[in-house]
Amino acid sequence: MSLAQHLPALQVVLPLISAPLAVLLRRGAVAFAIVTAAAWTAFAIAIALWLQVAADGAISYHIGNWQPPWGIEYRIDRLNSFVLVLVSGIAAVVLPYSRASVEREIPRESHYLFYAMLGLCFTGLLGITITGDAFNLFVFLEISSLSTYVLIALGRDRRALTASYQYLIMGSIGATFIVIAIGLLYLMTGTLNLADMATKLAAIKSTRPVLAALAFFTVGVSLKAAIFPLHQWLPNAYTYAPSAVTALVAATATKVTLYALIRFYFTIFGESMVFKSLPLPEIMLVLSLFAMLVANFVAIFQTNLKRLFAYSSVGQIGYITLGLSFDSVHGLAASIMHLVNHGIAKGGIFLLIGAIVATLTTRQGMPPAPTFDRLAGLAKQMPLTCFGIVIGGFSLIGVPGTAGFITKWHLILAAIEKDQWWLVGAILISSLLAVTYVWRFVEVAYFRAPPAGSAPRGEATYALLIPAYVLIAATIWFGIDTSFTVDTALDAAQLLMHNSR
Amino acid sequence: MSNDLVLRVIGRLLIPFILLFALYVQFHGDFGPGGGFQAGVIIAAGLIFFALTHGVDTARKVVPDWLVETMLASGVLIYAGVGLAGLLFGGNYLDYFVLDHNPVHGQHRGIFWVEVGVATTVSGVMLKIYYMFASRSGSED
Amino acid sequence: MFGHFSYIITVFLMVAGLFIIIARGNLIKKLVGLSIFQTSVYLLYIVPGKLVGGTAPIISPQYTVYSNPLPHVLILTAIVVGVATLALGLALAVRIREAYGTIEEDEILARDHVVVAASHEEPV
Repeated sequence: MSLAQHLPALQVVLPLISAPLAVLLRRGAVAFAIVTAAAWTAFAIAIALWLQVAADGAISYHIGNWQPPWGIEYRIDRLNSFVLVLVSGIAAVVLPYSRASVEREIPRESHYLFYAMLGLCFTGLLGITITGDAFNLFVFLEISSLSTYVLIALGRDRRALTASYQYLIMGSIGATFIVIAIGLLYLMTGTLNLADMATKLAAIKSTRPVLAALAFFTVGVSLKAAIFPLHQWLPNAYTYAPSAVTALVAATATKVTLYALIRFYFTIFGESMVFKSLPLPEIMLVLSLFAMLVANFVAIFQTNLKRLFAYSSVGQIGYITLGLSFDSVHGLAASIMHLVNHGIAKGGIFLLIGAIVATLTTRQGMPPAPTFDRLAGLAKQMPLTCFGIVIGGFSLIGVPGTAGFITKWHLILAAIEKDQWWLVGAILISSLLAVTYVWRFVEVAYFRAPPAGSAPRGEATYALLIPAYVLIAATIWFGIDTSFTVDTALDAAQLLMHNSR
Repeated sequence: MSNDLVLRVIGRLLIPFILLFALYVQFHGDFGPGGGFQAGVIIAAGLIFFALTHGVDTARKVVPDWLVETMLASGVLIYAGVGLAGLLFGGNYLDYFVLDHNPVHGQHRGIFWVEVGVATTVSGVMLKIYYMFASRSGSED
Repeated sequence: MFGHFSYIITVFLMVAGLFIIIARGNLIKKLVGLSIFQTSVYLLYIVPGKLVGGTAPIISPQYTVYSNPLPHVLILTAIVVGVATLALGLALAVRIREAYGTIEEDEILARDHVVVAASHEEPV
């Protein structure tokens, strides 16, 4: 008996404990230290689990020593160990950053609540990823969603309240759809354990309740993951949330829900039911194309930098669903690696935008919205920040040498494998749209004169820049050394397709 | 409403029994219907009844905000602590079997403490929600 | 027909709840709709757990048929989630009322547009 075999439980429990401790101790600085320590420990645990799974195969942990399918099982395989590393890694970077950013954006007396909520949100996201129990997944989903609503409402603009409310309504409808799907599956199989459910579903695959469950689950997840056209909550939520929250949510929340979609499609319903007997791949393909083209197109016309990149997120989620719609190992692998490749790039960009906002904020003043008229000529004053955003933008475009290129390369390979040459064209067009919106930022920040009468601003503080540059450096790293992302994703995809019926 | 004498007197008479009943529901929860969630709600209901008859400000003196927040957080900690105790005694997380030499007693002990945690948090949350809304009603209009 | 009675009620509540969320502009009414919508799920889970002639699942030599307790546990959790969502939604509605002076969706949008026009902020 060693501590190592309890890592799956500790992965979720340590962040969970950090949240009430933060509330109990009430001091902003202490709460920050506790939640940050929990996030870093969780990151270390996630890496340890990833190594363990890579070496010895899937881990199953029985909560309360009740054997599955009766007890709750935590099950970690190649796919979710990869997502765990993403979620805990992003949290480990965002938390140190949040100290300097929250200082300027959130009233001092609610700092400890902010960190407690961040801890809870992070617990929920890790829980969704790690659990092997359908209802447990719903509970963690709601833990993370509810804390996200609170975090978004902490934004200083009053529109943060309406954005949070809108997200609450849409998110709760999505969660209820998911719980209806789980209920129907439970009625049909009498079990909540995902692996057990998969075995029992094999015999009753095409019955109507199971098909209804599939439909409810798909729509519910589409709402939560902001899959086009159910993304209306996303631009407002990302725009008005505090910067650190935007970065955390943009980089992890939608990705984790997409992970749940992949898990249910391939492990539970089975690839043959979802993709062979229903027109789902065609629908998904069309919606993905709309997301890639329309959302990226809308992004071009935004005047608020945060909103611009929020629309770009909708487009990037389109790439992930596009990979799924191919129903092939390569397509699925492209989706899985894009979870991380997009997560780090978008996380880095939002952290840097937060650095701009924090630097433009005067003491005790309202944080200004990062609109283009305020950003004119900013590259002279904040060269490092602007350069980082451009590098992150390169990854969104898919410039070779960045992580985004790796995903696009595999997406194109998957399209060619299916003889869908026209899709290569569609991917290139959406990349051109991405070039356009990144260029808008470059044009404003590098080539426009600063607005007359504006006070000269210095570079952002290192407390803000270093965490952001860790993520930007990771985008470059994963664009060059792909052994972590591509190998894990291909491995996970092969396992999923192979085990899927 | 807080000036109504009849309500105040009856409230004072009833509240001890409400709290006692909450304890009954709490401790009976291992073997019958009941448990921490229901008990927590009943405790909160008793205290909210007190706040209704005596005014929120008086209730805030009896159960101050910091206490409510402490309850809210410490319940979760009790729950997580029971889980970690399972680890310390050599079992899995939330493993009650190892909490006592006799596994059935271990289950009993584990469930008891988890229910204590649940009752603490639930009553804390209910009071927090009530305070949150009640304290806003006066400031507006 | 009668065997599916509970499902008919479930579906009715579900659709009624969703309709209120979509059709009403008042933030509180939307939350009422959301609650009705969530209630339908409680029914969906609970009803099949009951066996005709089954008793509470406390083992006793007198009984052989027990109802399934698991749906109740699950729904207790779902109710807690529902309460939390409702409380948060109402709290947001209160804050929105304080910030905008209204809880009608179209008026909120209109007020944001007035601010936009005045300060050349980006449109919502």
